[in-house]
Amino acid sequence: MRVVQPFPAYPPASMRIGIPKETLAGERRVAATPESTKKLRDLGFEVAIERGAGEASGYLDDAYVAAGAELVTGEGEDAAFAADVVLKVRPPTPIEIARLHERSIVVSLMQPERDPELEGHLVARKVTAIALERIPRVTRAQKMDVLSSMANLAGYRAVIEAAAHLPGFFGPQVTAAGSSPPAKVLIIGAGVAGLASIAAARALGADVRAFDTRAAAREQVESLGAKFLEVEMTESGEGGGGYAKLMSPEFIAAEMALFRAQAAEVDVIITTALVPGAKAPTLVPRDVVEALRRGSVVVDLAAEQGGNCELTVPGEVVDHRGVKILGFTDLTSRMANVASRLFATNLVHLITDMTGKAGAAAFKVDLDDEVVRPAVLVFEGEKLPPPPRKEPTPPKKPPVKSIKPPPPEAKATQQKIMSPARRAWGTTGVGLVVIAGVFVMGRFAPQEFTQHFTVFVLACFVGWQVIWSVSPSLHTPLMSVTNAISGIIVVGGMLQIGADAGVASLLGAFAVLLATINISGGFLVTQRMLRMFRRDPDAAPKSSGHVSHAKGHAKGGAR
Amino acid sequence: MNPGVISVAYLIAGVLFIRSLGGLSKQETAKDGNLYGMVGMALAVVVTAIMWSSGAGAGSRSGLALLGGAVLIGTLIGSGLARRVEMTGMPELVAVLHSFVGLAAVLVGLSSYLSMHEGALLPAEREVHLVEIWVGIAVGALTFTGSIIAWAKLKGSISGKPLLLPGRHLLNAVIAIAIVGLAVPFVRASAPSGTLFVLLMTAIAGGLGIHLVMAIGGADMPVVVSLLNSYSGWAAASAGFVLANDLLIVTGALVGASGTILSIIMCRAMNRSILSVVFGGFGTGDSKSSAAPATGEVHELKAGEVAERLTAAKSVIIVPGYGMAVARAQQAVNELTRILRDKGVKVQFAIHPVAGRLPGHMNVLLAEAGVPYDIVHEMDEINHEFSTTDVVLVIGANDVVNPGALDDPGSPIYGMPVLEVWKSKLVVVFKRGMAAGYAGVENPLFFHDNCRMLFGDAKKSMDALVTATRE
Repeated sequence: MRVVQPFPAYPPASMRIGIPKETLAGERRVAATPESTKKLRDLGFEVAIERGAGEASGYLDDAYVAAGAELVTGEGEDAAFAADVVLKVRPPTPIEIARLHERSIVVSLMQPERDPELEGHLVARKVTAIALERIPRVTRAQKMDVLSSMANLAGYRAVIEAAAHLPGFFGPQVTAAGSSPPAKVLIIGAGVAGLASIAAARALGADVRAFDTRAAAREQVESLGAKFLEVEMTESGEGGGGYAKLMSPEFIAAEMALFRAQAAEVDVIITTALVPGAKAPTLVPRDVVEALRRGSVVVDLAAEQGGNCELTVPGEVVDHRGVKILGFTDLTSRMANVASRLFATNLVHLITDMTGKAGAAAFKVDLDDEVVRPAVLVFEGEKLPPPPRKEPTPPKKPPVKSIKPPPPEAKATQQKIMSPARRAWGTTGVGLVVIAGVFVMGRFAPQEFTQHFTVFVLACFVGWQVIWSVSPSLHTPLMSVTNAISGIIVVGGMLQIGADAGVASLLGAFAVLLATINISGGFLVTQRMLRMFRRDPDAAPKSSGHVSHAKGHAKGGAR
Repeated sequence: MNPGVISVAYLIAGVLFIRSLGGLSKQETAKDGNLYGMVGMALAVVVTAIMWSSGAGAGSRSGLALLGGAVLIGTLIGSGLARRVEMTGMPELVAVLHSFVGLAAVLVGLSSYLSMHEGALLPAEREVHLVEIWVGIAVGALTFTGSIIAWAKLKGSISGKPLLLPGRHLLNAVIAIAIVGLAVPFVRASAPSGTLFVLLMTAIAGGLGIHLVMAIGGADMPVVVSLLNSYSGWAAASAGFVLANDLLIVTGALVGASGTILSIIMCRAMNRSILSVVFGGFGTGDSKSSAAPATGEVHELKAGEVAERLTAAKSVIIVPGYGMAVARAQQAVNELTRILRDKGVKVQFAIHPVAGRLPGHMNVLLAEAGVPYDIVHEMDEINHEFSTTDVVLVIGANDVVNPGALDDPGSPIYGMPVLEVWKSKLVVVFKRGMAAGYAGVENPLFFHDNCRMLFGDAKKSMDALVTATRE
């Protein structure tokens, strides 16, 4: 049973975090869960949560109280917005900004590109605003990256919505009443959301192909079992921070042609192409939609940013000539419980990072912090100039190490010896000489010799074929077995022992002696060795030996 | 006995030998393979004995005593050797058994020359027969002395350093010409009177064997042993030609092919052409410029710290080398493997084709210690896994994990495929000191950021590690 820590168990804190209820229509997420509340409390913060804030996500007020939060109303002196730090999901509205205290800190998605007045309001209120979407995508900040965690959810949900709207199976089905092939799904953009879509669609059994302008995406796409589509043009779409850059008009034309061709085949198109801070590119124009079969589904993950599909209406399902275009903007809210949990965890990581080791009292917005600085939109009522952008950093440059990749000649040296052409001629030449020599021999040598020679050559080839298949781990036993069977020379020795005990007989007997050593020694040692090879006995632990025990093995190990 | 029956018996024996080698392709069938070999051999020997008793040795007491005595003594010695040899000593045993085949081939050749009936043969047949004897004895003598030298080098009685006489290639050529040249007076002379030539040639061929193997460095020993394996096969095959015995020819060809393939595999694993190994000079000194001297700091780690890293790891790969065999650390390695596996760590072994002094030597040693063979992998199977491995333990291996082989064209082992251990998160190298490996090449691996050294005798370090890991 879990012991519920009553709220006063925490010492009075100097910093108070407020969690208001989201007000945007359709937004069901919340910026803190009981679990994250507990972590914030442990860090030394007071947590004030607006009544009913977590209800839409499935987190009840009582659970927050049990985790150490204080329930507050929406307005007034003790309201969630009156706290020192306010954590939110959606950008604050002007009304909400007005409720903030001066010099307080508000952390949420900001998206100032969409609302040019937002920054003005924040400046006027003299607050500090941290835009979660601007946290750079560096390794240290991965755990704070709400965009990735939300994109992951959205990508998954997009497939589920597509499957729900598709009038057919996703995976292949074979039934007594006939079979149906797997749905064909085209995913445009293989970022976080795209990859999540690929994985989800594959898991449902669909035939998935994906397109991305970044070459680095190929490996990831293929690792998830999807086909990577390409246009016949080489232009890298590698932009900064894992996003693609805008491509040249020729490239876009080639891209469109590819999509048009694909549209004739596929049942579902999921688009995930976003350009940070700008309108999403139009990748699925009207004619591509019209090339789709009736009943097909287009899911536009970029609906909120203007849409990748020309016919998208944000937040709605459009039916265009039997093709459904889903422009949902609330895909993450449709999974509010898990979405809130991930979002809240990202926030806890960010707050922990900004707090440092000294506890809540040390919490501050550190403008020297390379993770925090780019995300600070407004600092204590002043609009900050855009940070000295390190981006676009060249994508995934591996840390410079002392190891250079082998120069191109490396492989050449390995095979060198002769150029392939010369070697081919050489081989052919030697082969011809050998064949000619054999013919000459056949002409003049006694027939008996030729017969033996035939046997010899055939045996060489048989041996050649057989030995290549021997497992390298058995090469030592192979050598000892060949030792043993080359003792067949014993036959020769035996035949030389004549009736008399002359020199020839003695030599023969000695040969027999040596050969028998080989035969018996070779076979027995092979047998001994092969007996040692054993399979993994799996979970059968042998009687545990001590180091002292192990010593004795050197001699007794053969048994 | 009817010659047809004998031929069929030999045919069956030959097929059994082929199946025997074929059986070794998989662990599961290997034991059956060995059994096939034994049955084939028994069949061949029994049939030959019956033939002998009704032919050459019919009713001869002394002949029977000679044969029986030889077989008995040989079997006793052989089984004694097989029972007593330690797995670390396998290379020596294999080398010495090669020498026996070589010597037996010489003896069979000589004996058959001495008992030859001149008059019974047509001139062409006689010449061919004499040449067969000549070749058989030459190959046998070469195999015999070469194997003896290899055995002594493996045992350490002779230094592993290559002996490089000035003008050695010329010397080899002269000897080869002498061997061919002496054949002319030999064939001209009527049967027993050519004995002197044969003995002279045997000595010369033996000298060639000594010289060839003396010139080969310690690092090339696996190749030499496989080459001698193939020579022993060719020696048996040439004895087969001398005696017009198809079974000997077939078996010799099988063994010869086997040795040749092993040599090719070993050479590929070292990125060397087979000719340069045969004519020696590799190993030290002969290599031109040495690699760019690796510099930097070497980081040391204590057994206790290694143990912590190991228990915290998800996956561990162990790279054993000849040093493990020398220190006899394989038991402790198995112990460590068992403890780690019990703790849920994925442990695998990576074997370089030329690790040890015999092809497949490491596999046998690990098998002896009780490591299950399905976690022991060849280089090609496991090389791609290093990048996802937490800890790699390199025990007594050096050249086979040298990154210089891939990126330093000045290195003498440049181009040789190696185990790419440096791609893992942490490499721990067990080493006695900072000495170079057999190839005499500096190893830049030791100066890598993710490489740590655990100095000391491999067995002692391993025991300490086992104790520390168990806690």
